[in-house]
Amino acid sequence: MQSFLNIFDIYLLEAVINGILLGGVLALLALGLNLIFGVIDVTWICYAELVMIGMYGMYYLVQVFHLPYWAAAPLVILLVALLGAALHFLVIAPLLTAPPINQLLATGGVLFILQSFATVAFGIDFRNLGIRLPVLALGEMNFSYARLLSFGAALVGMVGVYLFLTRTFTGTAIRAIAQDRQIMPLMGVDPKRIYLVTSAIGGGLAGLAACLLVLQYDVHPFVGLSFGPITFLICVLGGLGNFIGGFIAAFVFAEIISLGGLFSDLEWGYVLAFAFFIIMMFIRPAGLLARRS
Amino acid sequence: MNRQAAFWIIALLALVALPFVHRDPYHLHVLVLILIWSFAYTSWSIMGRFGLVSLGHGGFMGIGAYVTALLWNHLGVSPWIGIPLSMATAGVLALVVAYPCFRFRITGHYFVLVTLALSGIVLQVITATRDYTGGSLGYTPQRAPSGKWLFALQFDDKITWYLIALAVWVAGLVIWRAIDRSMIRHAMEAISEDEDAAAAAGVNVTAEKLKITLISALMTALAGALYCQYQMFISPDTVSGIAVSLQMVFAAIVGGVYVALGPTVGAVITIVLAEVLRISFGTKAVGWDNLVYGVLLVLFIIFLPKGILGSVIDRIKSPRKPSRGHEQQTVPIARR
Repeated sequence: MQSFLNIFDIYLLEAVINGILLGGVLALLALGLNLIFGVIDVTWICYAELVMIGMYGMYYLVQVFHLPYWAAAPLVILLVALLGAALHFLVIAPLLTAPPINQLLATGGVLFILQSFATVAFGIDFRNLGIRLPVLALGEMNFSYARLLSFGAALVGMVGVYLFLTRTFTGTAIRAIAQDRQIMPLMGVDPKRIYLVTSAIGGGLAGLAACLLVLQYDVHPFVGLSFGPITFLICVLGGLGNFIGGFIAAFVFAEIISLGGLFSDLEWGYVLAFAFFIIMMFIRPAGLLARRS
Repeated sequence: MNRQAAFWIIALLALVALPFVHRDPYHLHVLVLILIWSFAYTSWSIMGRFGLVSLGHGGFMGIGAYVTALLWNHLGVSPWIGIPLSMATAGVLALVVAYPCFRFRITGHYFVLVTLALSGIVLQVITATRDYTGGSLGYTPQRAPSGKWLFALQFDDKITWYLIALAVWVAGLVIWRAIDRSMIRHAMEAISEDEDAAAAAGVNVTAEKLKITLISALMTALAGALYCQYQMFISPDTVSGIAVSLQMVFAAIVGGVYVALGPTVGAVITIVLAEVLRISFGTKAVGWDNLVYGVLLVLFIIFLPKGILGSVIDRIKSPRKPSRGHEQQTVPIARR
């Protein structure tokens, strides 16, 4: 009995730590989505599909063009950042004055485009980088280096965005626009440029997430559907546009998924997360950190 | 008015007579698909036209299909009972998710994202319970023992299916019309303009929204169950999930959400397009139809937000007015 409890605790601890590691990447995704929502007031339904394109980019650069991982990653981040800017320029900019629902549905159309583009261009086979990182054994617990690396890189990425937003002029302008979009043009800030920069940063974060996720998961055209919905849940639970709320919610969700997956399949972790989400909708409908009015 | 009624009755009779004149099984198959999906798209736009944009309808459709098939295969429950049960399941889920949303004023982006998550989660549940549902490989309702086809609601001939689908489609249009002429419509329009003002004018905002959501979810589940009974094969990707939800939104918007036949026009366009691509390109066409849909969806939202039928009707009714600058043109889905 005693030994059984010991093993159980070890597994539990391992799941808790794996949850934290998963939370890092989810928080990165949520940050990108929150940034775009907070500044441009648009939700990119196709955000996870940008990540999918980035994952294919990594696959082709590493497997087909034989670039080393560290050289391919910045290229992919740049590529997805450009994609984000293009998405804003081509789809969102003509719709800026349209009702928000239309902007959201248009990005839904982009989701269709990206998914079927990937199906047409890359086929529906599962592909992976072929990089197998070693596993770190800590006592009786096992952690893959891929997850540790992802967690570290996600944190670095988030700190980078934080420094950019607080320490540079453009970053300050982005935060100012998020607060009041009517006044800022009077202060000599061009909102069009700021929107474009924000979209590029949001895309860049998706690109970074792609570089990290491709280490752990196979890529196929519909891979976005496996973490897209959970990212939206996180953003809503944290309060759309609320960076800190999204950060906390990412870890809460990651723990639920990880612990739920411990007792049953990984999908059940997602189902538990959804049940939790519905309950939280009753308790805190405006997000985790919102004050009740 | 009488002439209009006569026109509709003749059109309906022509549609009923069609399979007895034109017996080509492939054409009938396409028509049945168009009718079933038209019904699903109509049920989406029943709430979509009031600015309640739901991406959770893929979930309701999946529940309709899977609950019916699971009850039949595992418990031997006839679809005659299974379909109402599956609709009830979808209705309960719709209420459980929609009540907090409406009670706590979750609208716009938030509502879309919550419902989006709903359809994603139904997909996950179907995949997770693969021991019962067959997971992502799909699921087939068992063939009925001979002589029990009516009990099992399984028909071999396309004509029967065509008539069933036609009846359901007409029922969908009748429901649309009933809502269009009821107080719910006025209440919902007031709500979509301004919730606080509507509430101040004595509209029970939460109750009205719940009613319309419930009707829409029940109809969508029925569409899913019919699709399952007709195709005799369902997979999570074809009846549930975000892709199906987006497909509904797309078809409804392309056809036009403000006119009763708009979603039907959308269904005709999307399904004919998919079939033409499939026939002319064969297996190479995989993905191309969605690529075209996606591009069209974006273009339509930017340039023609009232949809094809909506814009055409506008032109006919007021040919002088340029379609741009029309009152509804700039406020297509959610009037804010």
